[in-house]
Amino acid sequence: MSISAAPHKKKHIPDSMNLNRIKRSTNISFNIIFIILALVCILPVVFVFMISISSEASIRQVGYSFWPAEFSGAAYQFLWRERGMIFDALFISVTVTVLGTILGLILTTTMGYALSRPHFKMKGFYTWVVFIPMIFNGGMVASYVVIANILGLRDNILSLILPLAVSSFNIIICKTFFRTTVPDSVIESAKIDGATQLRIFSSIVIPISKPVLATIGLFLTFGYWNDWFQSSLYISNAKLVSLQALLNNMMKTLTYIANNPAAGLSLQQYRTQMPTESVRMAIAIVIVIPIACAYPFFQKYFISGLTVGAVKG
Amino acid sequence: MAQQLQQTNSALHTAPQVKKKARTKWTRDDFELGLLGFPTFIWYAIFCYLPMFGLVIAFKNYRVFPKQSFLYNLFHSEWVGFDNFSFFINNKSFSMLMRNTILYNLVFIVLSIVLPIALALMINEIYSKRKSKVYQTAMFFPHFMSWVVVSYFVFGFLNPDRGLLNTIVKFFGGSKVMWYSKAQYWPFILVFMQVWKSLGYNMVVYLASITGMDQSLYEAAMLDGASKWQQAKYITLPLLKTIVIVLFLLNVGRIFYSDFGLFYQVTQGVPNSLHKVASTFDTYIYMALQSNSPIGKTAAASMFQSVACCITVLLANFIVSKVDPESAII
Repeated sequence: MSISAAPHKKKHIPDSMNLNRIKRSTNISFNIIFIILALVCILPVVFVFMISISSEASIRQVGYSFWPAEFSGAAYQFLWRERGMIFDALFISVTVTVLGTILGLILTTTMGYALSRPHFKMKGFYTWVVFIPMIFNGGMVASYVVIANILGLRDNILSLILPLAVSSFNIIICKTFFRTTVPDSVIESAKIDGATQLRIFSSIVIPISKPVLATIGLFLTFGYWNDWFQSSLYISNAKLVSLQALLNNMMKTLTYIANNPAAGLSLQQYRTQMPTESVRMAIAIVIVIPIACAYPFFQKYFISGLTVGAVKG
Repeated sequence: MAQQLQQTNSALHTAPQVKKKARTKWTRDDFELGLLGFPTFIWYAIFCYLPMFGLVIAFKNYRVFPKQSFLYNLFHSEWVGFDNFSFFINNKSFSMLMRNTILYNLVFIVLSIVLPIALALMINEIYSKRKSKVYQTAMFFPHFMSWVVVSYFVFGFLNPDRGLLNTIVKFFGGSKVMWYSKAQYWPFILVFMQVWKSLGYNMVVYLASITGMDQSLYEAAMLDGASKWQQAKYITLPLLKTIVIVLFLLNVGRIFYSDFGLFYQVTQGVPNSLHKVASTFDTYIYMALQSNSPIGKTAAASMFQSVACCITVLLANFIVSKVDPESAII
């Protein structure tokens, strides 16, 4: 094996690739265009980070800038002092994300598997059940009425988890994947050996379907982590506020944290102590950092999911 | 329930042919698979189909009776037919909401096809695959930000007192602009933010299908002396047609919906000064839901949206299926 990796073997580029290329000058200009676009996409995060480590005095003097006149960790110190609240919000965010992703994966893959079996008698019925909501749905108000009034899930963590668990799009991705990658013969032989469908699903299909699990798991994870809308509709209890909702509330009232003082300080003391400008940017950074660190590693699963999803269901 | 129906159905048809009987008979397999899909079916029943019945509220003048449950209230409120709908449609802001929602969506649809395809064609030609990967990763990034976080990014630039844009304006001797109350800038800001957030994502979707194309076509074209431009025009674009149509249909199916986060968060909750340029059906419904306005009227607005969308997507699909049956989604 090691012989084939000997250093004298130069990487061979097929001739056609060399010939069928754009001009060198075009390549350079394309690169410049994409460097600019990439910077436009990344710089806002850098900008917000720089604001979060600027001192209040510097912000008052020169405004928000990419290079503050004076650095300060006051915002993060403040968040650390308020860690009770931040950790509560973080705990809600993480709980909702983890439980939601697990629930969503179970509901999506079981239905996807059932739909992928060609001779399943209820296939037609289930397909319509999954398909109709893609064309018609009750809309925001009807869902709100059902969740808040009929199910009574207002101020309940379930109202953040359940409504986002399943999407028809994910089920179709799943179904297409099972249909195309899991060989029928494997399932048939397991059936002959007397395995139930649940057993086939859990010990044969799931272990060989890691790519699609990763894709859908990530769609769900990011969906839950980034959700603030459900929270803004159903949650008013400060104990159940997620990080996104906390950020959302702070945009409305700068001193949202100060209105819910944790450590027994008076409102006035809070207002004077709080580095208001940089604190909200710091919370935004707290939300963005996990995503920014995680997603380059998972990007390929997203892309594979997108291409599968683009195939007609 | 459905299982029983199916069973009685098959029992009714047992008589004549043995072959048909074998096909309609329920096996253990069907039962198990039905059970496997059942929890998801329940989810759909509660979160998708129950709201569809919940739409009856749009036809009622919903009233709250003291100390009664929601369902009691619903059943005892009187029917008002289409009054709620006519109220919504005759509302003075209706035409403005309609115009905003549809115009923004049309612009978004066109831009989400033209720009990403152009960029996907370009990035596919860059010599270095490593660099191309880095650009993709960077441009994909905004897709993972929620609109709440994005609204903070925007705030960093547009804040009248400390924002970067006003610092620049002042540097060049201008006077500070109150961005959040100047309606004339917002159509551009909103379009820019939408493009900013979705450009990389859409580009990668198209790029994935471009790189999946049969490379021998390009080699053949090159041997025949086709330029890069001709290859793109006569090979790549025609091959992209199906995916473009599918994505187009999906977007048209949402033409009466708007990206609520974009319009609500980026504008800081649609202040009055931006009401004319940044209100869409969704912001209207959301604000009505948060205020004390009668829920029947709000439900009517929401139902109008759903029904209009349903009709649009069926119509669009019908037209596509006449022109090019291969690409239709239904």
